[in-house]
Amino acid sequence: MSSREEIVAGLAAILEEVAGVNPADVSEEKSFTEDLDIDSLSMVEVVVAAEEKFGVKIPDDQVQNLKTVGDAVSYIVANA
Amino acid sequence: MSATDVVVTGLGATTPLGGDVASTWDAMLAGRSGVKALTHEWAAQLPVRIAAELAVEPSEVLDRVRLRRLDRCEAIALIAAQQAWADAGLGTPAGEGTDPTGVDPERLAVSIGTGIGGIITLLAQDDILESSGPRRVSPFTVPMLMPNGPAAVVGLEFSARAGVHCVASACATGAEAIALGYDIIRSGRADVVLAGGTEAVIHPLPLAGFASMRAMSTRNDEPERASRPWDKARDGFVLGEGAAVLVLERAEHAAARGATVYARLAGAGITSDGYDIVQPHPEGAGFVRAVRKALAEAQLTGADIVHVNAHATSTPTGDMAEVAGLRTVIGEHPVLTATKSMTGHLLGAAGALESVATVLAVRDGVVPPTINLDDPEEGLLDVAAGKPRYQPIPAALNNSFGFGGHNVALIFTRP
Repeated sequence: MSSREEIVAGLAAILEEVAGVNPADVSEEKSFTEDLDIDSLSMVEVVVAAEEKFGVKIPDDQVQNLKTVGDAVSYIVANA
Repeated sequence: MSATDVVVTGLGATTPLGGDVASTWDAMLAGRSGVKALTHEWAAQLPVRIAAELAVEPSEVLDRVRLRRLDRCEAIALIAAQQAWADAGLGTPAGEGTDPTGVDPERLAVSIGTGIGGIITLLAQDDILESSGPRRVSPFTVPMLMPNGPAAVVGLEFSARAGVHCVASACATGAEAIALGYDIIRSGRADVVLAGGTEAVIHPLPLAGFASMRAMSTRNDEPERASRPWDKARDGFVLGEGAAVLVLERAEHAAARGATVYARLAGAGITSDGYDIVQPHPEGAGFVRAVRKALAEAQLTGADIVHVNAHATSTPTGDMAEVAGLRTVIGEHPVLTATKSMTGHLLGAAGALESVATVLAVRDGVVPPTINLDDPEEGLLDVAAGKPRYQPIPAALNNSFGFGGHNVALIFTRP
């Protein structure tokens, strides 16, 4: 099981690859859409990459609840 | 200058000869070939192992994140359009109409076509579908493979709001997109149109498909000598990739903002053969009608046309049928060239790149050379063989034909 910090770092790497987000800008309180400019199609890529990286399933109806990086970390911690 | 005159005020291109117009034109005048052996592993099993790949990779121009959301044909259309926009001095993209150097977005249209579209994306995503399942298929697949993608990407870049159009007429696409841009301005729907074509399909499937038609040169051991229009030893075309975009502008709009004018687009003719899906009409009847329409619009006769940038792809049947038609409709006097001898055949971008060459020929008073014309066919007209021909060119014709029986003739004149 990864720590929350490790998951944030893993998500930051995905966000950099998919959308060119600076990893230094990624922290738990940041909103994917408002703060990090992740559009809906990019979010699909982030989710699929996160599923693979962390060994979780993130159903489409859960994705809308993942507003912030912290939401995604909590989901991964609870479901991995 | 009449209210419906259309002029060319900007040029952009990324081609097998160079990453921009200046380097491409220099290479053309020097008679350099952009055709090389394909070194990809997949090429080893193909009957055709040569092509004219881009001189400058899009990754050297666009950033990584942007590039991964664009098909290669979209990326190079964007690069060519950015160059053309800057060349025309149109200022900041999305500049308001009050900017005297710019264009009102609601008076800006795009007409950029592709012959085949985003099939590199289609085939790559199909590989992912087969190997990893549907959930792994990229959410950007559809906007990357749709044929209107290049026009839409360019339209977004410059906030074009007078319409974004994608023409598809195989190897006549680039020319037909320019003809559509001309019509858009003449009918009053826009002041400026970014018009051209793009193609990037150097991949085993299209190469195998064209090779199965026996349409391509298999001179694999002499890549630079493979594209040889009108030469008796020609054995088919060589596939090229690239994009070219022209800024077409209402002449009064160009004059009002003090733009530099390369040439006037004086006439455009479009016809269809109604004859065969891939074979050209043996007497070139359809293209002769296209040239007549373009001449009539330009209020010129065949005698006025000094230079022709021919379609001439290096296929055994097509090259001389075009010459026969030119003899009928223009006469014995024009100086021909086939720039595909250097660039290969850019399919949906060919007519746009050859329009760039024709515009520069008019501006600079020089016919770019046709290379590899070592043993010309009997009955050929005058060709600038081997080296450029310097002479005044008040008016020039650019021909394009496409599978499906498409014929497009564009006439460029001195402004």
